Amino acid sequence: MQELALRVGGAAGDGIATVGETFCRLFTRQGFYAFGHTGYQSVIRGGHVWFQARGSPERIWSQGDGCDVLYALDRQTVEVHAPTLRPGGVLVFDPEKFSVAPEQVPAGVKLFPVPTLQMSRKFASEPILQNGVGMGVVSALAGQPLSVLHGILTDSLGRKGTVLSQNLSASEAGFHYATEHIGALDRALPEKGGTPKLLMSGNQAIALGAVAAGMKFLSQYPMTPASSIMHWLAAHAEKFHVVVKQAEDELAAINMAIGASHAGVRAMTATSGGGFSLMVEAFGMAGMTETPLVVVESQRSGPSTGLPTKTEQGDLQMILGASQGEFPRVVLGPGSVAEAYRETARAFQLAEDWQTPVVVASDLYLSEDVQGLDREDLPALPPPASLFTVPEPMEGGNGYLRYKDTPSGVSPRAIPGQRGLMFDAGSDEHDEAGRLVSDVLSGIPAYVEVRRKMMEKRMRKLSGIRAATPPPTLEGPGDAELTLVGWGSTALPVRDALPLLKGQGIAVNYLHVAQPWPLHGEAIARVLRSAKRTLLIEQNFSGQLGRVITAETGIRFPDTLLKYDGEPFYPWEIVTKVMEVTGRVHR
Amino acid sequence: MSIAESPVRPQGPPLKVVYKSQTKATWCPGCGDYGVMAALEMAFKALKIPPHELVLVSGIGCSSNLPHFFKTYGFHGLHGRAVPVATGIKLANPSLTVVVAGGDGDGYGIGLGHSLHAMRRNLDMTYVVMDNEIYGLTTGQASPTSTLGAKTKSTPLVGVIEAPVNPLALALGAGATFVARAFSGDPKQMADLLAQGIRHKGFALVDVFSPCVTYNHLNTFDFFRSRVYKLESVGHDPSDPVEAFRRTLEWGERIPTGLFYRAERPTYEELEPALKDGPLTTQRAGLPPDVDPLKEFY
Ligand SMILES: Cc1ncc(C[n+]2csc(CCOP(=O)(O)OP(=O)(O)O)c2C)c(N)n1
Ligand code: SF4
Ligand SMILES: [Mg+2]
Repeated sequence: MQELALRVGGAAGDGIATVGETFCRLFTRQGFYAFGHTGYQSVIRGGHVWFQARGSPERIWSQGDGCDVLYALDRQTVEVHAPTLRPGGVLVFDPEKFSVAPEQVPAGVKLFPVPTLQMSRKFASEPILQNGVGMGVVSALAGQPLSVLHGILTDSLGRKGTVLSQNLSASEAGFHYATEHIGALDRALPEKGGTPKLLMSGNQAIALGAVAAGMKFLSQYPMTPASSIMHWLAAHAEKFHVVVKQAEDELAAINMAIGASHAGVRAMTATSGGGFSLMVEAFGMAGMTETPLVVVESQRSGPSTGLPTKTEQGDLQMILGASQGEFPRVVLGPGSVAEAYRETARAFQLAEDWQTPVVVASDLYLSEDVQGLDREDLPALPPPASLFTVPEPMEGGNGYLRYKDTPSGVSPRAIPGQRGLMFDAGSDEHDEAGRLVSDVLSGIPAYVEVRRKMMEKRMRKLSGIRAATPPPTLEGPGDAELTLVGWGSTALPVRDALPLLKGQGIAVNYLHVAQPWPLHGEAIARVLRSAKRTLLIEQNFSGQLGRVITAETGIRFPDTLLKYDGEPFYPWEIVTKVMEVTGRVHR
Repeated sequence: MSIAESPVRPQGPPLKVVYKSQTKATWCPGCGDYGVMAALEMAFKALKIPPHELVLVSGIGCSSNLPHFFKTYGFHGLHGRAVPVATGIKLANPSLTVVVAGGDGDGYGIGLGHSLHAMRRNLDMTYVVMDNEIYGLTTGQASPTSTLGAKTKSTPLVGVIEAPVNPLALALGAGATFVARAFSGDPKQMADLLAQGIRHKGFALVDVFSPCVTYNHLNTFDFFRSRVYKLESVGHDPSDPVEAFRRTLEWGERIPTGLFYRAERPTYEELEPALKDGPLTTQRAGLPPDVDPLKEFY
């Protein structure tokens, strides 16, 4: 597969994210698919930050393996990343800052010293302008015309007059310098791909999917890697008519969302594992009061504060077990940026159809990395129908039972303001009318019966949800010698590994469990029983999805590929493990 | 100001509106919370608020059971989390009248943070705290307003050794725009303060001495009856924040009730850009048809 990977690295504060995003857009504006992966730490200055922008005329799903251009802003970048340069690649650095010895790069890699600082001084005194030169250099190496880079810079710096003109001049100088000294790499993509692509992060897709699904209210407390959902929505709040409320803590955030939903609008809260830990009690209240609620849980490495800027899928067991007692919940684990959009929208529909909380489980990798997409990947959604299932007015309303026991477990829902339908929503156990059972009445035989009935009414929803939702899909060849099993963002590197394995003559497919709960146990068992061999692949220590599948189907996973070092899977790791499991290589 | 002043909705329902539900209150005989229930009913009647436009939100505690005794919309949430639920309801539909009711443990203990933030936001809602200086529902532990030295189930040896919080002083510090205190022994004064609080455009705190006759034998009806005096009887000016603060510090032989402080400040709902076109519940949902939401991603 034709592809090109541009990598930049430096210290926090060096503007790495901006440079990285610009590299991605060099691809997407020219009609190539792209994937942008960022590695950073929880510091605002200092620390090591890097970004890999990978482009291809074909769909790509991950950061891939290795890079072709490395633009190193500091010595550490050379130490960490030079070994990943592929033959034919180029290391760009400024000899004024540090020197690089030829032994520091793999065979077949060129050193390309560029006096970026010296060149940028012609246009401005701020050292940050060196990136203008650097971006020009990399564009030339990537074989993309200067006009594309200038278009990107004009759009991002548009209003900042002199800054823009300085950057245009600096990048032009860099572009010509590289053209004169090296020219485009052999691996460079053609000048033009297909139609221009969108460039979007998982969190942006979640936010957009939520608005498309009719969300009117978001309450959130900042926490990496969920914060950018709030940032994007806050910036668009007026345009999309959404109330974005930064709460005083996560306890407030989820309770506010429940209040807004109770009052009749689609509402969401978003957080990471630490914040979700604080939300747990109210999460159960959404189940008990049968209030539709969408919670985005973007996981990062735990436990506790863990690795705040590193990825993991370690919260599945917590999400499945969160809150005391039993109530129906849905957990979705989207496996791409486009899926994040669609699954978030689906979460709102499920929450409302079944009047219960739905979790969209993302993680830092999916939430923050960016992917190039086609417009068709994000289909427009029909405007949501009315949220209320009780016709208005229902004068008198004495017969109205908010928690009526129905065959599906879902009861007609009224909202405050509707005439004659007044009821109490209670976190205590209650009867069909919403009257309190606990405290005074529990234990009395008639109310023992009410409790049993109300539990069964709520829990009944689970089988309905399972029946109404699609079972997981098997991706790749039907006849495979190995079936990978995973959920959520693991799908990204797996989708890049499958063609590599095919290239090695190994047929492997992937069971993508995009809905870990309620689990489609029977459908999964059917796939697993007919699989020649399985490999459980998860970004956690104990194989949490695997444990759920085992509990639901009795099927165990003798072979596992589990990663919990904070870094996402790289396709080569998956390939290596598969070769080992299928007996191609022996360790 | 009298309770009979012009109602919130002049064209409101005729006199025979029922605010109380069929559910009988389950408080101990003589509990101060009965007075709060009576005063709230008087206030609703006086303001002629249609019951379906009223939402009573509470947490957990004896006092928090109150919504069940009214036939309005009600949300009986979690211990300490009534205020954020009410915030969500109010932001979704500012045309509703939102009244939060709960105990001192609920609002000044586990939920204190939410209370203070709601005050500084100045959401248009009324918060009635049935302050009995004890945890009633959990059978008599110390609360954040329990008196120094008070012996309770959780402080049986030397009594409470932490200073009580001063909710009204906190409210002033947090930016509440309506700060009042009532006493269950005087439901008419309370009804008047509640009606004023509901009519007030902004966050209204009405702290109510509502004795727990079962677990607090210190702060009894008699204890308060012999000490309370009305602020208006001493010519207190509720527009003066410094004087209001001075009055919140009075405790001991004479304890003031009435309106401590009132100010005009824009409400959160008024300043929220997304609410300019009316309640969220009446706005269209989904992506607006006239914009291409994907344009910015190219
Ligand atoms: C998270 C949580 N912690 C503890 C409790 C137990 N609990 C119920 S009510 C209460 C205190 C009630 O005191 P207060 O709010 O003053 O109400 P009162 O009963 O005095 O009216 C406590 C601690 C609970 N329900 N939830
Ligand atoms: S225990 Fe106290 S607060 Fe609770 S109902 Fe009885 S008297 Fe009222
Ligand atoms: Mg109390």
